Amino acid sequence: MRVWIALALLLALFSVTTAQESETAIETDWECPPGFEGQTLSLFNWATYIGENTVADFELLCGVTVLYDVYDSDEVLLARMRQGNPGYDAAFPTDYIVDIMRVEGLLAEIDLANIPNIANIGEQYLDQNFDPGNLHSVPYVWGTTGIGYNIEAVGYEITEWEQVFECECRVAWLDSTRAMFGIALTILGYDPNTTDADEIAAARDYLIENSGNVVAIAADDGDALLAQGEVDIAIEYGGDVGQQIVDCECEELQYVVPSVGGIIDFTSIVLLADGPNPELAQVWMDYVLQPEIQASITNTVLYPTPNVAAIEAGLIEEDFQNSSSVAIPEEVMEETFFIENVGPDAELLYNDAWDEVKILTGL
Amino acid sequence: MGNQVISRAGVGTAVQTTAQGFRADMAVRSIGKVGLLVTPIFSYFFLWAPIALLVLFSFNDSRGVDTWRGFTLRWYENIFAGTMGGEARFATDLMLSALGNTLFVSSIATVIATILGTMIALSLVRGNIPGKKVIDSILYLPVVIPEITQGVSLAIFFKLIFDFVESSTGVNGTPGFGSIIIGHVVFNISYVAIVVRARLANMNPRLEEAANDLGANQWQTFMRITFPLILPGVIAGALLALTLSMDDLVVTFFNSGVGNTTLPVFVHGLIKTSVTPEVNALSTLMLLFSTVIVGFSLFLQNRYTDRPYNNR
Repeated sequence: MRVWIALALLLALFSVTTAQESETAIETDWECPPGFEGQTLSLFNWATYIGENTVADFELLCGVTVLYDVYDSDEVLLARMRQGNPGYDAAFPTDYIVDIMRVEGLLAEIDLANIPNIANIGEQYLDQNFDPGNLHSVPYVWGTTGIGYNIEAVGYEITEWEQVFECECRVAWLDSTRAMFGIALTILGYDPNTTDADEIAAARDYLIENSGNVVAIAADDGDALLAQGEVDIAIEYGGDVGQQIVDCECEELQYVVPSVGGIIDFTSIVLLADGPNPELAQVWMDYVLQPEIQASITNTVLYPTPNVAAIEAGLIEEDFQNSSSVAIPEEVMEETFFIENVGPDAELLYNDAWDEVKILTGL
Repeated sequence: MGNQVISRAGVGTAVQTTAQGFRADMAVRSIGKVGLLVTPIFSYFFLWAPIALLVLFSFNDSRGVDTWRGFTLRWYENIFAGTMGGEARFATDLMLSALGNTLFVSSIATVIATILGTMIALSLVRGNIPGKKVIDSILYLPVVIPEITQGVSLAIFFKLIFDFVESSTGVNGTPGFGSIIIGHVVFNISYVAIVVRARLANMNPRLEEAANDLGANQWQTFMRITFPLILPGVIAGALLALTLSMDDLVVTFFNSGVGNTTLPVFVHGLIKTSVTPEVNALSTLMLLFSTVIVGFSLFLQNRYTDRPYNNR
């Protein structure tokens, strides 16, 4: 049949591979420990959450094959690993997911002696609550959730979460249960990771009472609404707003992490339990933490790097490193919080309360 | 025909005698006429406007897919960069290998599902199996149950099978293309069977009897009479199966192993950073490709339905 011939032709067209080059695209003095030639490393990550040449260079330096599969959310990664690891060595989950995976025994232990490059990571990014002593994870990139706003439309500078709720303008909330409740709890003076039912109820009431200026609860497209002028303020991820600021080349779009209660998140590389090649996975971790490599990743994905050595060597693009979503003043950084794993019972309370907010605000 | 004329006349006179100025039935009729004109316009607008936008934004000179910033062909150039000898971007490479996986899985799943589905349809319409009604209604089950249920139950099923095989033979099975293809066949069979059965039910059974009468055996009758007549239905079923299979995200994801990323899984994986216009460009090419296939199948269908013996 002609259709199948056409299909076969198309397949053949796409399976033509480019010739292997002998030089790495990024100059680095990192050397692969011997003895891994011909082996395979299986990575599980988001699709474009990596540098342009990170994988190809690693294959070249170590003489290995890298299989790179993608998932679309932390929850999906968790669901897959709970079914049993189908054969991945390393994945790239967010902080609280690392905690859940660690507690559930889905992660294997790292021998930090295999990862000398961890010395390049700033101390403030190591030994976090979600993985004390970095027994299972090494820092990859980090990010914040804050306020993206159009300073011309709003008319004044924004520095606090309260201003978002009081503003007489159009606001987009972020469709992230724990982020929105963390914000409300901070404003009310509670622990943003509380498990107390009354405090969660109070935060819910605060959100409902102060929803008058909300025009959308955006699932990760608040930055686009902001850029298109549909809203004046968007509670959004710093990286997304930063991308819009770069794209529009304009003065009026701003991003700010509030002076109290900004949300911070880490992406880590974790060593998965029951993976086929944990040794090579640790070599991979050491490779990624090499300043030039981690810098090239950050310059591609535009999430800030924890690699202090790379920053000090000036390897990160200057405009990005100095932008408001990266260069966050120390006193603001100290007031940020992580969204932590609160356990299934509290998680249920949060989800129910968020549903009530959505129903009562009609958004 | 005669009946209709009489009844129409009857209604007309009845209304004339009761209603004076305002003719309710005429109002309904004229609204209906406008409705008949407007409905397809709206339906086609909602059907095609998003697709038109997708094509338009594949030429957008910006990394985002939401704001228009000028015309470019670079996303198309990127797609073909690797095959034209240039340097392919990492994401483009991933996307193309995902497309290759998708075409591989969906074409095999479509062939198997079409054969099995056609066989089921034949045995349901022509056969005389006990419990036909029950089988008939079970056929609709994969069409109505949520995809996530299907995906997870299949994953559990495969895990049980693998565990059983491992404990009895020591062979360690892992999910891979095999389990994805089986998963796709499972939900595709129903769609194919339903489409083919509709076609089969419309076919005049006397044609087969006539063929038998004229000395053709069962196989000859099937190959020369039945199959050519239901072929448009089989092709329609196969196209439906191909589309569903290429689209599928949930069943694929829960049953895939290492190295099985398909295009829908890849596109979802872009969410963390941003969906690039390369996806739009690739979708546009695929749209072009499927338009050609559908056009081809319509051409086939016309050729077959034009034959005189197909009319009752």
